[in-house]
Amino acid sequence: MLEKEGQIRIPSGCAISGFISRDGKRICGDRIVKSISYMHDRSNGLGGGFAGYGIYPEYKEQYAFHIFYDSNDARVETERFLDRHFDVVNLSRIPTRKHPNITNEPLIWRYFLTPLPTKLASSQLDEREFVAQCVININDRIHGSYVFSSGKNMGVFKAVGFPEDVGEFYRLDEYAGYAWTAHGRYPTNTPGWWGGAHPFALLDYTIVHNGEISSYDANRRYIEMYGYKCNLLTDTEVITYIFDFLNRKQKLSFEDIAKIIAAPFWTEIDSGKYSESEKKKLKYFRNVFSSLLVTGPFSIILGFDGGLMALNDRLKLRSMVAAEKDDMVYLASEECAIRAICPDADKVWSPRGGEPIIVTLNDK
Amino acid sequence: MALNYYQPLFEVIRDKERCIKCQACARQCANLVHSYDEELDVMVSDPTECVDCQRCVSICPTRALKITDNPNTFRRNSNWSMQIMTEVYKQADSGGVLLSAMGNPKEYPVYWDKILLNASQVTNPPIDPLREPMETKVFLGKKPRNVKFNKDGTVNTDISPTLELSTPIMFSAMSYGSISKNAHESLARAATELGIYYNTGEGGLHRDFYKYGPNTIVQVASGRFGVFKDYLETGAAVEIKMGQGAKPGIGGHLPGAKILEDISKTRMIPMGADAISPAPHHDIYSIEDLRQLVYSLKEATCYKKPIIVKIAAVHNVAAIASGIARSGADIIAIDGYRGGTGAAPTRIRDNVGIPIELALASVDQRLRDEGIRNEVSVVVAGSVRSSADVVKAIALGADAVYIGTAALLALGCHLCRSCQTGKCNWGIATQRPDLVKRLNPEIGYKRLVNLVHAWDHEIKEMMGGMGINSIEALRGNRLMLRGIGLTEKELEVLGIQHAGQ
Repeated sequence: MLEKEGQIRIPSGCAISGFISRDGKRICGDRIVKSISYMHDRSNGLGGGFAGYGIYPEYKEQYAFHIFYDSNDARVETERFLDRHFDVVNLSRIPTRKHPNITNEPLIWRYFLTPLPTKLASSQLDEREFVAQCVININDRIHGSYVFSSGKNMGVFKAVGFPEDVGEFYRLDEYAGYAWTAHGRYPTNTPGWWGGAHPFALLDYTIVHNGEISSYDANRRYIEMYGYKCNLLTDTEVITYIFDFLNRKQKLSFEDIAKIIAAPFWTEIDSGKYSESEKKKLKYFRNVFSSLLVTGPFSIILGFDGGLMALNDRLKLRSMVAAEKDDMVYLASEECAIRAICPDADKVWSPRGGEPIIVTLNDK
Repeated sequence: MALNYYQPLFEVIRDKERCIKCQACARQCANLVHSYDEELDVMVSDPTECVDCQRCVSICPTRALKITDNPNTFRRNSNWSMQIMTEVYKQADSGGVLLSAMGNPKEYPVYWDKILLNASQVTNPPIDPLREPMETKVFLGKKPRNVKFNKDGTVNTDISPTLELSTPIMFSAMSYGSISKNAHESLARAATELGIYYNTGEGGLHRDFYKYGPNTIVQVASGRFGVFKDYLETGAAVEIKMGQGAKPGIGGHLPGAKILEDISKTRMIPMGADAISPAPHHDIYSIEDLRQLVYSLKEATCYKKPIIVKIAAVHNVAAIASGIARSGADIIAIDGYRGGTGAAPTRIRDNVGIPIELALASVDQRLRDEGIRNEVSVVVAGSVRSSADVVKAIALGADAVYIGTAALLALGCHLCRSCQTGKCNWGIATQRPDLVKRLNPEIGYKRLVNLVHAWDHEIKEMMGGMGINSIEALRGNRLMLRGIGLTEKELEVLGIQHAGQ
């Protein structure tokens, strides 16, 4: 029998796409489905997924958990865990639409949660760390249960299938958000497991990624020292944890994180183009966070509360195109995915390797 | 007439037709194997003292000489080998401890040779170092746990003292005394030119070499030879030698015959006296004592220099390393049982300690399990024989390697393993002026620079094949390694999968 994600490391090629309205206008999910569908040939039907931001305004103070269950037993055990740690404000199955190309679905549930104040206080953790640890606990310890989305006012929807079919299956045309990302997967040797599809998420951080990073095990073994468990053995998982670690725990800005993950080459650092203080900082990052340098080809779109960030590896070994139109910013593996939903962009360009594009809401 | 219980190990074979009786071999052999018989006008040889250092073979202008194993054999016995029998005879003669030099030569497994590297195909492009940038710079030292910010919100870039290496290779500790001044000068100059470091070993630092201080690691061993204020202040880092791979559990050992005037001055000990370092540091009987020495040295150097603690790879090396990581040390150096030495009791060299590959794998994993891998850098030694060994060491989790034997080979050493006699024909492990001058530091340092440049390029080639363009992405990247012909347990200790998995 083929091993599933987490039992074996599976390389995959991919398509990614994303957009954001800087004014915070809520855009229907069918737009992102249309965009990713234009890169159909970059996926092979073994994984597709989406992340939407600003989609749960009525529950924006609660953590929205999306969970896959292999069985009702796993659900019962997980719900017992949730009851012990959270006030469950709402729970339901995530509405889906039967689709001929999407089969073998697990039980898919959604919970809106607030940490129990007493539990939170006794854990001596800040709220986000408490929630992150609960997610890692469930995924690591409860067999057959997998939390694949855990942020506020955002959600991940993913499955085994082509992304456009996954979008229909999850009825994304019924959601609206200020930012969306999408992923179509081309794994090389997996039967496909729903949890292994992308985006990968922790709290409000989501990553869609195209590439295969050669630094994987160096990154994984570093980040696991800080309480993360890389159960899926995928690049996307470890990159998400790196962002969470550097942004949430080390409080570094996304600009600085780009300088760690896709650090400039020493020849560039020493070339005289940076100020002395910037040079010192770059050297400090390359020394202190040397194990978080990500090498090998990658293009990623990070979603976070209030924004998107795109980043290529420092040699730009994967394609990535960006475009702007009024308050909208579009990012995609190929220009066609942008043209499909924005035929008349004001500006279209290819960001350089290692040069981040960071877009945040105007009121943030 | 006395009986010869044992026979010379080697046979000198001279091609009489090629030999032109120039007597170069006779002049070059410090062991007096070759001589010229004027009466008979022939070159003669007595192989009794021959150590197979290959000096005569290398110097012979007509290639008339060969040194081979003595074909004479004792009656074959799988249990009592000729070597073991010979050692019994020797000890029955002398009543002494057997002495040897250089690393453990026995047929134990070499794990480097049972590990294979990865390369990219299709899903991930290999990178060509001739066309794309490829980086091998590394930093050694403690990393802060959390980023600190200045009042204005910028990142505070202050950091513990750090060593910066252009490539993750340093020259191991080899004391002035065990090796010659010219050998030391070659190492010091090469380290300076390469942007790496060499290590003084436990014999102090010759005044002439203080100028290479920025690329010098000064060692403090249990004998404290040559340790004083200027010495500590001159080095870029201070290494506390707790142990050595070639002889775990005992101290340094320099025969009195090698202690001539300069050495005695540098070591601050009398001429001709054996320099035998105590087995322990007498102020360190436990881990909390080590912490005190680490901080004494930090105080003495105003917290400006990283402190390295060097230990031999022994059975519970992971737990020891964890203790050291919590002792305030900035760097841990681990020396495997193949590590070289200028003199060690044979039984200890050949039977004590464990392979560096296994020690490294378990130390790196233990420090990660405890979440303290960033408290220290890990440097491994004993023995790293090629750039492939370096790549495998880094992928197992080392920050850098020390090379000793390979560096001496670059200077001409042929591993005859007789350093303790002080009669090194290559001018390396000797103090006899006529022998020392055979090693020209001008040439020696260039050969060392060549060696490290060649390795650096090979490291980049291998990294490029794996799709890695900076050495830090290789460090601890065990997914790039596969074992071949290893047991489940060996794979488990190494933390790698078997080839084909």
